Amino acid sequence: MKWMQLVVLIVVLTGCARPQHDAPTLTLATTTSTRDSGLLDVLQPMFEQETGIALKAVAVGSGQALELGRRGDADVLLTHAPAAEEEFMAAGYGEQRRAVMHNDFVLAGPASDPAGIKEPMSITEAFGQIARSESAFISRGDDSGTHMKEQKIWQAANIDPQGDWYVQAGAGMAEVLRIASEKHAYTLADRGTFLAQRDRLHLTIRSAGDPLLRNPYTVIVISAAKHGNVNREAAQRFSDFLVSSKVQHVIEKFGVERFGQPLFFPDALPEK
Amino acid sequence: MTPFSAADFWSILRLSLWISGTAVLISSLVGIPCGVWLGMSRRRGKRLLAAVVHTGMALPPVVVGLVLYLLLSRSGPLAFLDSLFTAQAMIAAQTVLALPFVVGITMSAVAAAPAELPLQLRSLGASDWQCRWTILREARHGVLLAVAAAFGRSISEVGAVLIVGGNIQGHTRVLTTAVVLETGKGNFEFALALGGALLLLALLVNLFIVGFSGGRPPA
Repeated sequence: MKWMQLVVLIVVLTGCARPQHDAPTLTLATTTSTRDSGLLDVLQPMFEQETGIALKAVAVGSGQALELGRRGDADVLLTHAPAAEEEFMAAGYGEQRRAVMHNDFVLAGPASDPAGIKEPMSITEAFGQIARSESAFISRGDDSGTHMKEQKIWQAANIDPQGDWYVQAGAGMAEVLRIASEKHAYTLADRGTFLAQRDRLHLTIRSAGDPLLRNPYTVIVISAAKHGNVNREAAQRFSDFLVSSKVQHVIEKFGVERFGQPLFFPDALPEK
Repeated sequence: MTPFSAADFWSILRLSLWISGTAVLISSLVGIPCGVWLGMSRRRGKRLLAAVVHTGMALPPVVVGLVLYLLLSRSGPLAFLDSLFTAQAMIAAQTVLALPFVVGITMSAVAAAPAELPLQLRSLGASDWQCRWTILREARHGVLLAVAAAFGRSISEVGAVLIVGGNIQGHTRVLTTAVVLETGKGNFEFALALGGALLLLALLVNLFIVGFSGGRPPA
């Protein structure tokens, strides 16, 4: 009977294709920028080789990463949303929070510069110019760390961004940069993703260097008190790994060769 | 960012085949008998059930993913399974999505068999099971179509597996979630190539399925 053959065939086919995983695993919820910049691709094999723990990295927006941690679905977080992280720690979901590295955000915009942003201009002044001239601005609109930072800047500038010029994309960083490029619009981006995508974009950096644009990344070990089944020990090892001087030096050099400048600046080196 | 290695590609392809193949197998084992029973049933509630099954074909994958995530989460009722962000969770999601297709199309195929066939079979002394089996054979092209549709739904779906799988490299990254990732990064050429690989895989599987319907295309 052909039916039986079909069933047997599917079983054999899928049986052969079945992947094997036996190593202990650690679930990391992290922001898309660590994956999209390629940093994770460097750190992951280092960690796995050193500890024998398989690292499962789920890359989502910082908002979703924190929610995964809150529900106990991740063992450790690497995020960049200071205000939300502090709230997270205060609520007792995290056991330990340590600074790992930072980079900065930049305001990217078209070379034609319709908003007339002149250096030196603070980022709040630049945002004010965009709102006043109603130049198109693409917001991430996804509760990511970048989105939260953007909202904070609007707040600092005393502006409630509304109108046709303010577009909420609900997309990742690289995608939003592309939308901004296509629509000759401004957007706030982390420097790493901007540099990585630069060749594909008709955008330049219009404003950078304001202290408000600092973008710190921290590692959070999820509290075992809230969720008994988190992999507490492996999470601690990952946290220790990230702040170890060996890894901090790797972070310091990451991207220099490819972009001519580092994408991240280590925050846990002893001399700092 | 980092160039994609051939090993990565094959592991993604293998995982896609394993997850969707298993989902189709499970939904077929459950769905074909259900479809035969529904298709032969002449009871009054049948129309309502058929409407429910057909509605299942419209289930939004991303909603199935979200509900499954909430169930499988360590804060959810099925936390003890510890299967969030695993291939098992992705199989479960695709099974839920594929099942209505198997049931619905099998049901229609069986219902399309001549109405007097069961009577004739019984008058020849066939038991209930012999009767069902014969009708199933009669409707085999339709049932193969059901399996093909289930595979199509599973392999091309992205919303559900992205949520319950997490798109983890080497663990839960399949063809569709890899396409989403590469598109997001702006690697359009590579994303397109992955899409082509997905279509090719679907073609091969469907050639198999057609082969099993005895050389003739499923009606």
